Amino acid sequence: MKKIEYTAIKGNSLAYYGLLGGLGLVMLIGLLAVWHMEHNGHYVTGMTNQIVWGMPHVFAVFLIVAASGALNVASIASVFRKEDYEPLARLSGLLAIALLAGGLVVLLLDLGRPDRLIVAMTYYNFKSIFAWNIILYTGFFAIVGVYIWFMMDHNMYRFKKQAGLAAFVWRLILTTGTGSIFGFLVARSAYDAALMAPMFIIMSFSFGLAIFILVLMASYNWTGRELGDEVVSRLRNLLGVFVAAVLYFVIVYHLTNLYITEHHGVEKFILLEGGQFTKVFWIGQIILGGLVPLALIYAPGVRNCRKTLAVICTLIIIGGLSTMYTIIIGGQAYPLEMFPGYEVSSTFFDGVVNDYTPSIYEIALGVGGVAVSLVIVAFIIKVLPFLPTSLADKQSS
Amino acid sequence: MINRFLRITFILTGLVLLFPVTGSAETPLPVIHEPEGDGVKCVEPEDVMRRDHMNFILHQRDETMHEGIRTSKYSFAECINCHVEPDDNGNIAAADSKDHFCNACHEYAAVTIDCFECHADRPQKFINRGGKSSALQEEMHQMLTVIEGTGGELK
Amino acid sequence: MSDCVNQSRRSFLEKSAVVGAITIAPGILLHQVANAKPDDQPVSDTVRWGMLINTNNCEQGCTDCIDACNTEHGLVGNNRPQSDTQYIRKVTLRDKMTGHELSLPLMCQHCETAPCVDVCPTGASFQRKDGIALVDKHICIGCRYCMMACPYKARSFVHEAVNNQTLSAPRGKGTVESCTMCVHRVDKDQIPACVEACGKGKHDAMMFGDLNDPNSEISKELEKHGGKQIRADLQLNTAVRYQGL
Repeated sequence: MKKIEYTAIKGNSLAYYGLLGGLGLVMLIGLLAVWHMEHNGHYVTGMTNQIVWGMPHVFAVFLIVAASGALNVASIASVFRKEDYEPLARLSGLLAIALLAGGLVVLLLDLGRPDRLIVAMTYYNFKSIFAWNIILYTGFFAIVGVYIWFMMDHNMYRFKKQAGLAAFVWRLILTTGTGSIFGFLVARSAYDAALMAPMFIIMSFSFGLAIFILVLMASYNWTGRELGDEVVSRLRNLLGVFVAAVLYFVIVYHLTNLYITEHHGVEKFILLEGGQFTKVFWIGQIILGGLVPLALIYAPGVRNCRKTLAVICTLIIIGGLSTMYTIIIGGQAYPLEMFPGYEVSSTFFDGVVNDYTPSIYEIALGVGGVAVSLVIVAFIIKVLPFLPTSLADKQSS
Repeated sequence: MINRFLRITFILTGLVLLFPVTGSAETPLPVIHEPEGDGVKCVEPEDVMRRDHMNFILHQRDETMHEGIRTSKYSFAECINCHVEPDDNGNIAAADSKDHFCNACHEYAAVTIDCFECHADRPQKFINRGGKSSALQEEMHQMLTVIEGTGGELK
Repeated sequence: MSDCVNQSRRSFLEKSAVVGAITIAPGILLHQVANAKPDDQPVSDTVRWGMLINTNNCEQGCTDCIDACNTEHGLVGNNRPQSDTQYIRKVTLRDKMTGHELSLPLMCQHCETAPCVDVCPTGASFQRKDGIALVDKHICIGCRYCMMACPYKARSFVHEAVNNQTLSAPRGKGTVESCTMCVHRVDKDQIPACVEACGKGKHDAMMFGDLNDPNSEISKELEKHGGKQIRADLQLNTAVRYQGL
């Protein structure tokens, strides 16, 4: 195999500092939003005692799911021995860490008591999936960190395959853990399903790869490095398979629920009568996030069009956020079924569909988390050689 | 080079020497309220309390919370009951004021405590509920009337 | 404070002096005084506190239990019903088939296998040996996963700063809270505020007692007339049971 040459980007242009400055500003706005939320209490957000998890969780879970998916490119190279993906492995690992960090920042800053981070680290309830996730996230940073180190260090390079395998297994467990946060909630009609875990894994493939492609194209375009069609179309085809697989899982999930009478209420809610949630599901998740990207990926006229691919990836990200919105918030908006056969009413909003309007603060926090991820990537590729100097097609190089 | 080093050292030494002097003038030792009365004394000698009160409270906290042990010796509520009293005008200093028994020292020592985010900062008899509780009751009564009037959906 | 140890001993002696059944209101007997636990002893699993609610006696529109709870715990409203805390609420049920209406108080059901306890990452949601499910607000980080997991929507998140808490019910911004079964009263051999208020109002729709003691009033009543769990399908073995549902 030909030796790949990696170099750090120069990162001394005005545009580069502009990018860092812009992202820094977004992070600052996010921090101000957090300060406002924590100072006044969560009543200033759209979250209530009915919708207890809101927009921050939509962003956080999306980023965490995408993080494990971003590692996929590296896994294909090291675990499945596809050498063509080898040059992309370093960036894949870096993006995985960056996305996870961004997601965790959002999750942490939304806590009622973020100042008690030390409590979260020192008190563990081992029966809690949340507590497992804290271990899984920490482990992910460590294992992927070691994996990147082995990829970059000549002396350790021979252990790269083992590290890659460990990272691959770990990321599967991690996404299972994230999916199980919802899958283990017996009380709520929308969540109680073992299918949640594999569905989250498939989603991670799709969301992670979409973000990876965007970051790859942007960094090569903005640094003037060569990015060949071979690499891009390979990633594009892979993306097509993942998008189709996500759609398949969503269909199976809803068909299963439709078969079970107990779940008819919640299905009717999400699919037909849920107002904003029904719209987000059909327009955001299914059409924009699934069918349109799928059609564009396999459309004949735009095969090698980078702009179309960027649009496809953006749509998948929008679809991913919509998916999280439907699952997390739609699932809570539907009332808990405590008294089958009865019409229920109370002063505590029992038996009614709960309303949710996301506040600007929650969105600012979520977007701030995305900025954290991107700043990490932009900074690290400047100080360390993560990007191959050229990814030109083989015959032309 | 050495000259410069000496000069900096002198200036720094001067600053260090200066600080305790101005410091003691500007931050007087905290004045804390000591309960009065015949035979009234704290559960431990003063120097023990000063050093270990947080351990006593923390230990008692977990025992009370998780095991329902409600002895009053190291009870946080009892600290408040004895040590927090109104001033001559009948006002009680709030937990974040430097006249509050706890905060008087804690502000001096620059140690932030988290107790009064949840706990009452004064004895029960001085807690002014200000009729806010009835606001919640009124709110709920109104909603209940609405529910029962329509007999169904709550809007 | 003169001598704290003596004081606690004195209050224990006072309690022992009145061991036996005391009538505090017609129809409500305080049998649990017989189980009086000294202040310095930990709670044990020989008792399991529970409640029995007779919905036939629960009047629509009556909020005695709720008012008592709000006063006991110093719950205050901020005119934001979506985010204001409620430990106990009145739920009105209307049978879709028959149109029959009934009313019942709903609060934390103090499940034996509580989902909130399972999911809590720090162990702040926990259960005492006597079956009372609580939030240790000292280690609650405010993640709200317990609220997602609770099948009864029994928990509230404190959405804004709290002032003037009562001494026995500390509560503050950023943590989760719910019905404590008036643990501070139970430990002093009193019954929960809601049950007391229901009895004082002569409704007698609520009963409190030891589910583990076959001779307690509540166990006898359950044996005689039964009592249903809400969402029995989840097999959580709740400590709050309902009649007439």
